[in-house]
Amino acid sequence: MPDVTLTVDGKKLTAPAGTLLIEACKSAGIEIPSFCYYPNLSLQGACRMCLVKIEKMPKLQTACTTVVTEGMIVTSDNEEVRQARKSMVELLLGNHPLDCPVCDAGGECELQDMTFSYGAAESKYMEAKNHKDEQQWSPVVFFDRPRCILCYRCVRVCGEGMDVWALGVQNRGVSSIIAPNKEDHLECEECGMCIDICPVGALTSGAYRYKTRPWEMKHVGTICTHCGDGCKTTLGVRRSDSGMEIVRGDNRDKSGINNDFLCIKGRYAFDFAHHPDRLMQPLIRKNGKLTPANWEEAFELIGKRFAEIRDHDGMIGVVGSSRITNEEAYLLSKFARVVLKTNNVDHHRTADFPALAAALSGKPDSTATMREVYDAPAILLIGNNPTDQHPLLAWQIRNNVRLHRSRLYLINSQTIKLGRQAAGFTQIPAGTEGKVAAYLAGDDAAVEAIITEKNSRETWNALREKLRGEQKLVIIFGSEIRGNDVAVLVKFGSGVHGAKFVCLADYANSRGAADMGLYPDLLPGYHRVADTGKFHDEWTSIPATTGLTLPEMVDAAKASKLKALYVVGANPIGRLGLDPFLFSKTFVVVQEMFLTETAFMADVVLPAANAYEKSGTFTNTCGDLQILKKAGEVTGTKSDFEMIVRIADAMGFDVHKLVPFGAGERTDMGQSRGAQSGEADRHAVWLEARGLEPKMSPLEPTAILDEIQRLVPGYDFSRINLLAGNDQHTTLANSGPGAIQKPELIVPANDNLFSSGTLGRYSKALHSVMESRTQQTSEVAAD
Amino acid sequence: MKFSDEFETRFTMMARHYPTKRSVLVPALLYAQDEIGYLSDEVIQEIARRLELTELDVRNVISYYSMLTTKPRGKYNVQVCTNIACMLRGGEELFAHCRKKLGIGHKQTTQDGRFTLEEVECIGACSWAPAIQVNYDFHENLTVEKLDKVLDGYQK
Ligand code: SF4
Ligand code: SF4
Ligand code: SF4
Ligand code: FES
Ligand code: FES
Repeated sequence: MPDVTLTVDGKKLTAPAGTLLIEACKSAGIEIPSFCYYPNLSLQGACRMCLVKIEKMPKLQTACTTVVTEGMIVTSDNEEVRQARKSMVELLLGNHPLDCPVCDAGGECELQDMTFSYGAAESKYMEAKNHKDEQQWSPVVFFDRPRCILCYRCVRVCGEGMDVWALGVQNRGVSSIIAPNKEDHLECEECGMCIDICPVGALTSGAYRYKTRPWEMKHVGTICTHCGDGCKTTLGVRRSDSGMEIVRGDNRDKSGINNDFLCIKGRYAFDFAHHPDRLMQPLIRKNGKLTPANWEEAFELIGKRFAEIRDHDGMIGVVGSSRITNEEAYLLSKFARVVLKTNNVDHHRTADFPALAAALSGKPDSTATMREVYDAPAILLIGNNPTDQHPLLAWQIRNNVRLHRSRLYLINSQTIKLGRQAAGFTQIPAGTEGKVAAYLAGDDAAVEAIITEKNSRETWNALREKLRGEQKLVIIFGSEIRGNDVAVLVKFGSGVHGAKFVCLADYANSRGAADMGLYPDLLPGYHRVADTGKFHDEWTSIPATTGLTLPEMVDAAKASKLKALYVVGANPIGRLGLDPFLFSKTFVVVQEMFLTETAFMADVVLPAANAYEKSGTFTNTCGDLQILKKAGEVTGTKSDFEMIVRIADAMGFDVHKLVPFGAGERTDMGQSRGAQSGEADRHAVWLEARGLEPKMSPLEPTAILDEIQRLVPGYDFSRINLLAGNDQHTTLANSGPGAIQKPELIVPANDNLFSSGTLGRYSKALHSVMESRTQQTSEVAAD
Repeated sequence: MKFSDEFETRFTMMARHYPTKRSVLVPALLYAQDEIGYLSDEVIQEIARRLELTELDVRNVISYYSMLTTKPRGKYNVQVCTNIACMLRGGEELFAHCRKKLGIGHKQTTQDGRFTLEEVECIGACSWAPAIQVNYDFHENLTVEKLDKVLDGYQK
């Protein structure tokens, strides 16, 4: 669009035609106060805080609803404007309880800020205030009606952004109130978006209310540990008896791929970290009972037994997690091969990345980022129900359709909520997703399986033609498409100009676990174990034969052949419903937060830190790599990274060969105290940005990150961007050859909006929501 | 939920008058209320379904308009205007008289379910103030005596 030129406070600005005055000012650094205006929501014009003087217009105008025009001359701040804003604040405070000292929003309240900037200490209003006690609308949403300033942001974000429409406005004039959809309570997705967007403390969070004040917390921006989408969540932490307690999760830092969005899990389900059942001491089975022990004893025992079993050619199995960091997954993969000398490595697979890697090999720019899902002109979604399983993805798709008029083509065996945004919804018989891929890729015979009463051969033909005609189509598929079907779908995509793919996996670092080679047949980067190459050169002596998959390890245990099992952050016994006595002849070591079914039958249990308690990186389902920052801390736990290294050491292995630490030991660290102390920080930032930070300890994940960047194709991202908190896209284009594995090895987690494997089982917030609903949720998966 | 044929004919006709479905909401509510007496949960559900709105949307609109009600009313809804013109010509006395005579207050209903009393703002009959409206009938230039007659007329 052509630009228009206008003047604000004597400053000449240009902005694209159609820009709102408030936005044009913002980009020029001129702040116009606002309550009801919120970017990307419909305009409200309700609060009149944004009044400005525009020449040739008789009265003050609302900057949030005025579009810039050529030659417009605006005054954003003069006596008249200030007076008007002051009156607005006075009006708003007319019925406000002014209970800031106890209000959750105190200290980060927009009304407080405005009152400080424009407000009057005295008010003309004498009327009695309308009081109403606070109401609990759901386990996580509380409403303090008197504090509400009727900006309607909550109503709009819930309706337009979430497509839930659970909040409304009732009555009129001064007696207007915000109302929930079920008269006295909410029935909704419990995302808490309404709470986050409320400029005051009217909507408050069940998880955080009255716990602390904003300035008493440290705010750490890290990545959500639940689904595979990778939202950035800001955790507020506070010192506690047992380390650092996470007291709040929200979206203060909107720089993530999720912008404004967080679902209930990223916002409230951090509480598993402080569950009373959390393990805080190693446990060793003595006389048949798990008994508290110290770390040295535990490592010594594990080191001794693992070394013995390995040296006597006993079979050892390793099960990794989809919630450990990339560095940990890589280290575990390496530890298994190099230290335990086995390829028996697996994890809970929820998507077929090896098949995708195989199909995309040599095709650069063929995977879409989470940000692209919000911009793509057209999207094809086959299978999955993102509203439940990938809430951020659903948000991106929904708002892309709403704000950019993207065309959404939906092919699913169920009617799913995103159907409301779809340009076309095609329902198919269950289990025929592969046939859809085949038909799209040109196999006309495949149509027989997907013709239904509603969708004739002609409908399918028309749909295929339409899709072929799209450009920059983002093709998203759930785990329904796996094995050979992935290649077939990619074949179809290759015929669509600029098409890109997203493969949906269920856990926060499912993609990382796959990329880092937690497979019996694949090393990091989908490099086959049998192929020689850089891993063989660097790691040396990798067993050449394919190892056992998880079901095969179980079979080996049944046949009393599995001598040791090393489980890092997974619960195969609970998830697969196995008989715990199956492993009675196996030496089982489990690194876990809780006494899960698997930990319960282990010989040694090591208390593990979770993703909110460590640094490292995660790769989301799209391949976006992001940095984790340590927020919480629970004394008595260790990161999986540290435990793996300590076990290697206890086995007598030279840890230099496992973690390339030690480089830069003699680096001048700068002055760390006194007047020049900033120097040390600057120094460290510079070093880190170049990947040169002194890795003086083998427990330092960044040392492994160097190796990952060097050896894993697609992970040659910019270190400084990563450190700055930006997402970096990793590609599958030049990775190893991948593999076509048995489709039944993929088992979807089937988590819904309110469940999250083991973490969900220990989250009070998620439980309270589930209990508040009559509907029973299906069994919880574990990982 | 079943409405009369008359309502259905009207509804179908109205639906054609507006470019968007939801625009029929207010007249549909009004006609439904005339027929059923008030906007019951069932009416709200049915109208929300027909117009593809949430029940919350429908409730929001109902709560905005004081002429729409979700509570049953008496057979005759006596609306006494006490806005400026009527007030100057004795509207408040009329309202006080109604209260005493019927033994009920604002938005209350007599035990026998015959009358509901409401104090309302201007009903557009200022030229003949003071005025009251009983359901859709106007009674103007009232005095307390005249009012008694009017109310007695509804005793049947
Ligand atoms: S929690 Fe989310 S879904 Fe529920 S009312 Fe608030 S914005 Fe709407
Ligand atoms: S509850 Fe908060 S967001 Fe909603 S209208 Fe009131 S002040 Fe605005
Ligand atoms: S959408 Fe996924 S990543 Fe985002 S907050 Fe929810 S569970 Fe976490
Ligand atoms: S911000 Fe413009 S009227 Fe509220
Ligand atoms: S003031 Fe009573 S009808 Fe207008």
